[in-house]
Formats: sequence, structure tokens, C-alpha cells
Amino acid sequence: MADMRTPLSRVIGLGSAKSGAHHFWLQRVTAAANVPLALFLIASLVALSGADYATVRGYLGHPLAVIALLALILSGVWHMRLGMQVIIEDYVIAEGPKMLSLILNIFFSAAIGIACIYAALKIGFGS
Amino acid sequence: MADPRQAARPLSPHLQIYRLTVTMVMSIVHRITGAGLYAGTLLLAWWLIALASGPDAYAVFEGFIGSWFGRLVLFGYTWALIHHMLGGIRHFIWDFGKGFELRTADLMAWGTVIGSVVLTVLVWIAGYSMMGAL
Repeated sequence: MADMRTPLSRVIGLGSAKSGAHHFWLQRVTAAANVPLALFLIASLVALSGADYATVRGYLGHPLAVIALLALILSGVWHMRLGMQVIIEDYVIAEGPKMLSLILNIFFSAAIGIACIYAALKIGFGS
Repeated sequence: MADPRQAARPLSPHLQIYRLTVTMVMSIVHRITGAGLYAGTLLLAWWLIALASGPDAYAVFEGFIGSWFGRLVLFGYTWALIHHMLGGIRHFIWDFGKGFELRTADLMAWGTVIGSVVLTVLVWIAGYSMMGAL
């Protein structure tokens, strides 16, 4: 095919799919949430440096700490899934590997999210 | 639709053509730190799971994070997190349509790299001075 038109010129005027900003929007919303939540994580790590098991467990077992952790995990893994998706779409060109990478990205993010949420809840409920 | 990549159009110049600018490097580093933080969540997951599992599992984690290699990884993670955060704030400023002047953009880029290193060192000084305080 000897079409010299750019991809943009081929689709211009066809109308939008009405969901183009969804990815961008969630990236920014989770980014905004991540700022105070990551600061909480850093402050906690500083406060807990050198602390023994019982102290760390007691600190992170406080309901407010668990809630902040859960928010950080949810917002964080969502944000990183969106970000890694963009990286994959930029660099993995072939359709098959790209699709596989995109799926693995979702699986990895979900696995990290579920594992961390379960651990945070277990720490919180103290069993 | 035909594959647009098959069109025999000239390709745009890539990285090796352009003179390196600080904004360009910070853009690249923002992506690299993002990918690093992505992998770093494994460390966060290990920490929380070990803590939830009990003292024995936590001792294994402490053994790693207390080693020089573990400290190095955690230091890198701290820096990546702070750098990515400052870079993200820069993006928020741009999202509001501000800070696109070359001078401002350069200043913010330098602010990101210098700020991230300074803040990381401060966080670690605070961490070591808090050692065992709780």
C-alpha cells in the first residue's frame, strides 16, 4: 500500500470514540492522590527506621495507617498500570507481544494490589 | 485499514539527532523512575506480606533490607519515588497551561533533579537520626 497519508489524516473528521481522555484523566487523578499517600509512606518509613517487628506491626495496625495504606495501594497500582501501559504501547510494536505485555501488565498490577491489600487488612485486623 | 507503518514515509529523527536538553533528560528519567517504582512495588509487597506473616518472615525481610544491597535498593527507591513525585508536580503545572516558557521549563527540570537528590538525602538523614526512636 503506497498511501503517503499520515495516520492522523486518515482518521481526521471521523469523530472521536468519546473515551480518549479516560486514561489521561485517571492517570492524573491517581497521581494527585499518590502525592500525599507517598509522603505518608516516606514519613512512616523514616519514623519506623530501626523499629522491631512489634513496633512496626503496632504502627501499621492502627486503623488510620491501614486506611492510608489501602488508599496508597489502590491508587498506586492503578497509576502504575496506566503508566506501564503507555510504555508498552510506545516500545512494543508487534501486535502479539504488545497484547501479551498489556495483559501481563494488568496481571502484575492486580497481583501486587491484591497481595498488598490482603496483607494490609491482615495487619489491621491483627490476626 | 492498512498498517500505517508500511507507508513508505520518512521517519522522524530520533534521540541521537537532538542535542540533549535538561527537560528532555528529565522526561526520560521520569519514565525510567516510573518503571523502577513499578518493579519496586515487589519490595513493598514483600514488606507488607512479611509483616502480616509473622516475626520469622519479617526477620528475613529485615535481613535483606538491612544489608548494604538492601539499603542501596531502598535508597534508589526513595530517590525514584521523590523524583517521580516532583516530575509529576511539574506535569500538573503544565496541565494548568503554565510553565511552558523555556526558562521556566528548564528551571523546573533542574529543580526536579536537584530537589530529588537533596530531599532523598534529607529523608535518609532523618531516617538514620530516627533509628530506633519508636
